[in-house]
Amino acid sequence: MYPPLPNPGTGPSAPKFGEKDLVRRSASTVTPPAQRQTQVAKLIDVSKCIGCKACQSACQEWNDLREEVGTNDGTYNNAHDLTPASLTVMRFTEWDNPETGNLEWLIRKDGCMHCEDPGCLKSCPAPGAIVQYSNGIVDFDHTKCIGCGYCVKGCPFNIPRISKVDNKAYKCTLCSDRVAVGQGPACQKACPTQAIVFGPKDDMKKWADGRIADLKSRGYKTAGLYDPQGVGGTHVMYVLQHADKPEIYAGLPNNPRISPVVELWKGLTKYTGLAVMGAVAAFGFVHHMIAGPNKVSAEDEANASKLAGGKS
Amino acid sequence: MTEAKANHGAKLVVVDPRFTRSAALADYYCPIRPGTDIAFLGGVINYLLSNNKIHKDYVANYTNAAFIVREGFKFDPESGLFSGYNADKHSYDRSEWEYEIGPDGIAVLDREMTNPRSVMQLLKQHYSRYTPDLVSSVTGSPKDKFLKVCEYIASTANGERTATFMYALGWTQHTHGSQNIRTAAMIQLLLGNIGVPGGGINALRGHSNVQGYTDIGVMTHLIPGYLGMPNDKEVDFKTYLGNRNFKPLQPGQTSYWQNYNKFAVSFFKAMYGDKATPENGFGYDWFPKTERSYDHLAQFEDMHQGRINGYICQGYNPLWSTPNKNKVAEGLAKLKWLVSIDPLETETAKFWENHGEFNIAEPSKIKTEVFMLPVGCFAEEDGSLTNSNRAILWHEKGADMPGEAKGDAQVLAELFVRIRDLYKKDGGKAPDPILNTDWSYHDPKNPEAVELLKELNGRAISDLADATGKVTRPAGQQLSSFAELRDDGSTMAACWIYTGAYTSTGNITARRDNSDPSGKGVHPNWGFAWPANRRILYNRASADPQGKPWSQKKSYVYWDGAKWTGADVPDYGPTVAPDKNVGPFIMNPEGVSRLFARKFMAEGPFPEHYEPMESPLDNAFHAKTKNNPAVRMYKDDVAQLGTTKEFPFVGTTYRLTEHFHFWTKNVLINASLQPEQFVEISQELAKEKGITSGGWVRVWSKRGSIKAKAVVTKRIKPLMCGNTPVHVVGIPIHWGFVGVARKGFATNTLTPFVGDANSQAPEFKAFLVNIEPATGPVA
Repeated sequence: MYPPLPNPGTGPSAPKFGEKDLVRRSASTVTPPAQRQTQVAKLIDVSKCIGCKACQSACQEWNDLREEVGTNDGTYNNAHDLTPASLTVMRFTEWDNPETGNLEWLIRKDGCMHCEDPGCLKSCPAPGAIVQYSNGIVDFDHTKCIGCGYCVKGCPFNIPRISKVDNKAYKCTLCSDRVAVGQGPACQKACPTQAIVFGPKDDMKKWADGRIADLKSRGYKTAGLYDPQGVGGTHVMYVLQHADKPEIYAGLPNNPRISPVVELWKGLTKYTGLAVMGAVAAFGFVHHMIAGPNKVSAEDEANASKLAGGKS
Repeated sequence: MTEAKANHGAKLVVVDPRFTRSAALADYYCPIRPGTDIAFLGGVINYLLSNNKIHKDYVANYTNAAFIVREGFKFDPESGLFSGYNADKHSYDRSEWEYEIGPDGIAVLDREMTNPRSVMQLLKQHYSRYTPDLVSSVTGSPKDKFLKVCEYIASTANGERTATFMYALGWTQHTHGSQNIRTAAMIQLLLGNIGVPGGGINALRGHSNVQGYTDIGVMTHLIPGYLGMPNDKEVDFKTYLGNRNFKPLQPGQTSYWQNYNKFAVSFFKAMYGDKATPENGFGYDWFPKTERSYDHLAQFEDMHQGRINGYICQGYNPLWSTPNKNKVAEGLAKLKWLVSIDPLETETAKFWENHGEFNIAEPSKIKTEVFMLPVGCFAEEDGSLTNSNRAILWHEKGADMPGEAKGDAQVLAELFVRIRDLYKKDGGKAPDPILNTDWSYHDPKNPEAVELLKELNGRAISDLADATGKVTRPAGQQLSSFAELRDDGSTMAACWIYTGAYTSTGNITARRDNSDPSGKGVHPNWGFAWPANRRILYNRASADPQGKPWSQKKSYVYWDGAKWTGADVPDYGPTVAPDKNVGPFIMNPEGVSRLFARKFMAEGPFPEHYEPMESPLDNAFHAKTKNNPAVRMYKDDVAQLGTTKEFPFVGTTYRLTEHFHFWTKNVLINASLQPEQFVEISQELAKEKGITSGGWVRVWSKRGSIKAKAVVTKRIKPLMCGNTPVHVVGIPIHWGFVGVARKGFATNTLTPFVGDANSQAPEFKAFLVNIEPATGPVA
């Protein structure tokens, strides 16, 4: 058992991180703190998950969200997809293992992966609507969100969802409010089998090593850790029985990367674009200085009057 | 379980008709046809015996394998019946199902276990018929998978490794449910896996406090502490006690039920206080006696026959949780009054409301007057919960009750006080039982939970003295152990096994010290485990006959030369030396455990495979006796059994992790996690019937019909039983016409009104249905 975090005291406690710990801020430049906080991670061990959905329940409870009472679509997936009220969902996949001939029921808890290199943040045009703390948590600030949906397009895991009620983007915060006072996320706290553990990312990797060794001893030759480097690693990681085929787990991307469009927008395009805009502005200024302001001539006035049907 | 896997390299094997969420984590999964567990487990016994994979010393010394059985006991493999069967009464004369008793009253043994009448030889003979081929064709479990499971189980026969069996209602809710569990217990005894760390047969209870209910006597044939309910033939206290004092069948055995008198007298002292005296048999005459079983099926049969006209449901939703919903609804409509004491509005309390297809009713024609008395839920009251490991844990209320709700004890107490006042005022036919009941609570209309626990624990009524006359327990003080109980009326305790839970030092069940001094996962100061704070029962069996641990790694309770010591409270005389040959199974008069159950099971001392009452297949072991011959069925219900022709598929009902029975459909979050009623079927059956996943189906049995969404899955596969494919329809239970989830049907509309021959637990796990595509229900 990974040692659980002790329960907090009942008195108020100051948050352990905040604005001063930002390493990234959407559409803004920040000065990162001199020293990063210990990087955290949530480790989801798919091989220990019983799909009970206690995490979904705890997520709704802690964040005071209520998913609507939906329908059965012929699976155990409820809610059927991530929504602004379901920041995490279990995705159930029935997979026939061609090597053993056995059925495997793969149950993956889906939600924000908290990428080290977050596509959502990079694509977000609203200053400060998406931030990344130095401990790795990627958080949304709904007061600054403009509801453009670029974060949805920018996310390599298809995670954020736009609310039809307030037209703002929602996703898992890794319970930044709980972590800020020394607690683990609500889903981890509720998990009855320790399929979800939370702590320093280095510890989580070590913990995963033990789990992977156990799985290999049980015949899962390709068991491994999912911490995709295409996005700089993630602060939510999976232990997978078949790490060579993440896609069998309800389409977990094999090699997730930030969309080239976003990279273009944030990279060359952004600076080229800014250069073009700057050049246009400079030209306008020079033109103004040389040509002076536009003046309305008598001829213009007459033409305008004609267009307005003789009335003025 | 996941921790045992992660930390101790435990292997998890799941045997289930469905590939469950547990199976998703299993090292090995084997499918099985619902209702064929005894065939499977009997096959395991045969495998262990014929491959010599048993713990020989344990079996020879700690089981009754060496005991000789009377000549009059026989099993006829042709008819499938044991000796003594009475076909008219559907029951056995069990008098011959006993040991050969010598002239000295002591059972005859053959320590070599070679005598053909020894339990070991009879056992071998009985299960030799359970060959892997026959087992496979009956259970539908592929032979190679069945044998692989046998290998896993057999690997624990050495005293070094241990297996545990975990079960829930999947084993109990059959007409042979008790025997399912017995068969598993026999396997564990053959392997030496009882009384050792990590062993046992572990019931995973459906409610957090089912163990507590059973301990306190919620079963209609029991009074608290597993004492027997008196019956009509036991005309006085002496006769009642005489029938329950078990004299040792081997020299020097503990046979702890010899203390029955002390437990019973202390119970009656708790019932009737000062009014219970030796002269009046401690009030025995005032206590109700039964002439037959009053289990819940019998109650609803009585109601349906018009023999019951008032009914109190407390935390109980029988319209939804009793088989054959339509029969139950008809019964409820014949009542004059119905009381529902519940935190929630239940379907039972609203049985008279019309909810379209979900509950067709004509309120204008129903005269039953219904009273709903709101009470708090468990988290709104102080009290205890008893886990199935017998650990009692106290909790304080987490919130106040809403609105007009009262505590459950308060409601019953107010009812009692009012009834008693009426008896006082108006007299009546038999006022004594009520007027003489001891009700000396601080507030008679609202006993505190702590008072009730203290009453269960018991106290000295007068000074208790030892043999020298020294007072060991002054009058009025709480007792520490049931060893202090007396049969002279000087002690009271409402539930002897709970003595030690609330002592003179305070509430022991409220302890929250989770330290594990032995490092063996024993937490002696966490709450209180009955009896006597023992965490593993029969733990003397963790050591060999000389008192040495079977395995150093698994040493638990052992003899140190002067006394028994180790990680746990010894379940044994603390200074009884090993050479006294006192058996570890101290509750049994023979001192050992029973591979042969003697006369204590309704349908035989060895579990035998019988098909469910509704089954698509004949009994391949004996065509002449298909079903459990000792089952009780009422006439109308026999007529409501379906045939394979009309109903070709096997229905089985179960729960889901997202919900708790019929409670959580009242909770928005749970409702969002499993919003809508569904049934699960194989891809093959879906194809055959033209059913699409996520589409509507109708499922019906001889008793009634429901509609649900279809979940078409690879996790249920047709089972090949010989050459016959058997299709299973999985039917989760959680929806109803009350609550915030989508409206649903009572799955017990489908189930047959018949129960286990011993416990009367209904056969919810195997019955016949049909299925077809449908349109959605009209509310």
